[in-house]
Amino acid sequence: MARQVTLNRRLINTAVAWSLGLLIFFPILWTILTSFKTEAEAISLQPSLFGFDWTLENYQEVNARSNYPRFFANSVIIAVGSTLLGLCIAVPAAWAMAFVPSNRTRGILMWMLSTKMLPPVGVLIPIYLIFREFGLLDSRIGLVFVLMMVNLPIIIWMLFTYFREIPGEILEAARMDGANMKSEILYVLTPMAVPGIASTMLLCVILAWNEAFWTLVLTTTQAAPLTQFIASFSSPEGLFYAKLSAASTMAIAPVLILGWFSQKQLVRGLTFGAVK
Amino acid sequence: MKYFKKAALAAATGAILAAGAAQAETVTIATVNNGDMVRMQKLTDDFTSKNPGIELEWVTLEENALRQQVTTDIATKGGQFDVMTIGTYEVPIWAQQGWLVPLDDLGADYDIDDILPAIRGGLSVDGSLYAAPFYGESSMVMYRTDLMEAAGMEMPEAPTWDFIADAARAMTDKDNDIYGICLRGKAGWGENMAFLTATANSFGARWFDEEWNAQFDSPQWAETLNFYVDLMNEAGPPGASNNGFNENLTLFRNGQCGMWIDATVAASFVTNEESTVADSVGFALAPDNGLGKRGNWLWAWSLAIPAGTQQEEAAKKFVAWATSKDYLELVAENEGWANVPPGTRTSLYENPEYQKVPFAQMTLDSINSADPTNPTVDPVPYVGVQFVAIPEFQGMATAVGQQFSAALAGQTTVESALANAQALTQRTMDRAGYPK
Repeated sequence: MARQVTLNRRLINTAVAWSLGLLIFFPILWTILTSFKTEAEAISLQPSLFGFDWTLENYQEVNARSNYPRFFANSVIIAVGSTLLGLCIAVPAAWAMAFVPSNRTRGILMWMLSTKMLPPVGVLIPIYLIFREFGLLDSRIGLVFVLMMVNLPIIIWMLFTYFREIPGEILEAARMDGANMKSEILYVLTPMAVPGIASTMLLCVILAWNEAFWTLVLTTTQAAPLTQFIASFSSPEGLFYAKLSAASTMAIAPVLILGWFSQKQLVRGLTFGAVK
Repeated sequence: MKYFKKAALAAATGAILAAGAAQAETVTIATVNNGDMVRMQKLTDDFTSKNPGIELEWVTLEENALRQQVTTDIATKGGQFDVMTIGTYEVPIWAQQGWLVPLDDLGADYDIDDILPAIRGGLSVDGSLYAAPFYGESSMVMYRTDLMEAAGMEMPEAPTWDFIADAARAMTDKDNDIYGICLRGKAGWGENMAFLTATANSFGARWFDEEWNAQFDSPQWAETLNFYVDLMNEAGPPGASNNGFNENLTLFRNGQCGMWIDATVAASFVTNEESTVADSVGFALAPDNGLGKRGNWLWAWSLAIPAGTQQEEAAKKFVAWATSKDYLELVAENEGWANVPPGTRTSLYENPEYQKVPFAQMTLDSINSADPTNPTVDPVPYVGVQFVAIPEFQGMATAVGQQFSAALAGQTTVESALANAQALTQRTMDRAGYPK
């Protein structure tokens, strides 16, 4: 009897989880399906899920009209660059706050997070003027810097939560054995924190990849990433849904694949320290 | 031989230097994604072959994203763009700010007087042209000739609103999902407010009186909005408060609309081979109420050069090329006359080849019947047919559009939507210091 109940519950849980998962994934699935339709079918009032004439013409058109590799390369450079730069700053910061906390640590952490509460457009003009003065408009280095700043509070918070899980006694033991700060971070802390750092990195790359405010406003041609690529296929008047879907699919495919292969780390990273 | 080598070396160095200098002249163009602009990008080889040494870089963006990026850039003098695509709304505002280069000297053979007077008026400030029109559009009635016939009515070339209302009710057959009229309902200054502001002009309403006081408490606005909401409730499709251009286009192409009043550019979409109703579409001027103004708007996507660009000469060459008579012929040669960007030049409409395009004459008549410098029955202090060319308009009109969309959806009454519109518009104007 007990077994029956457990089995039933498992079945229900599985069904609920699958339906929720499908519900959340449906818009992406719909985008992918639409990218294989003709423009007329894309706006049809009786849309069909699979029973339409599959076509690759949208992908051909999108490829003919834009230089996808350039947008892709920019996205990779900006997302990876901002993540690595962010880690260089966040690891020492999180280490200090996790292992050498002071009275103000909480306050500093909250203050960092509070920068995320400001709508980005509020600082658009100052940032734009700074970029203009330093000649950073439409440059990858400028975007790397801005996206690093945007994601920094999240990286520090995540790393802080990880580092706090590492027992201080282990570090003490290392110090007893004569480790200095450098070897303490390098040989004791880092290996233990690698899973945490890895999932933080992944999340940060995804966030930077999808960022669509600064990347649209601060770039024109040379540094334009995939968000610009998508935006160029949207139109106020006319038929564009299928081509827009094709462009979106091409833009999200790399990060979707990355997310698929690393979902274990991602889930671990997002739920780590959540239940205490 | 030695001298020869030296000379060759010098020549080669010179050539490389010249190439380097030529490469430096890159013109960056910000543009929107629509059929005519995409076609222009494909044809730029013609420009670069005629102008060696000028390279073109394109930034194509969605309209609102483009507006945000271009506004930021020009307000901060960021200098990211050398040519920008802007509409009739921005040109008067930006020109008065001194943000745009005047375009009175686009070359001897440019023939500036050939530009349609209504369009030229909308793009000029104090007699100077500040943006060259790339394509112009107005709005008109597109209707199903078969449904009109079945209803036993005949569409005049210049219908009145009363006729449109009668015809819409007669054509409606809700059991078969056929609705007499499809109009914009989605909130936004460029969505429902473009249509309703233009419609209000023909009902004798206006946004502001000559002292910049809001006029939503006038009987003319009440008449406009009551007419629109009643008509849409009786003869419009369900959920019309979410419908914009693309949604109505879909409905019309699927045969579910008897009439659709929208941009003239839609004509080619409803008559092309993918439309199920292509064979039975007729066109008529936007309706009026006998007050001397029709309910059609005027818009022109235009090319402007921001003040402070480093590439002013090259940018002017490009603008002159893209908006010239020769360019129209170039498109006709490559893509056919039906795909020539419409609504900018008188000579295009005098061309016998172009006159064969089914919607050409109606587009011209619609554009000519709109006057952005004198848009309303009663005098107003502003320029613009379906908008008011002041910076505050975007935000204000979107908020008013939300009120009107709610009235259409039945979430609020026409009276309270108008009262709210009056209050929020007057508040914005008072704060900005307009009323005299």
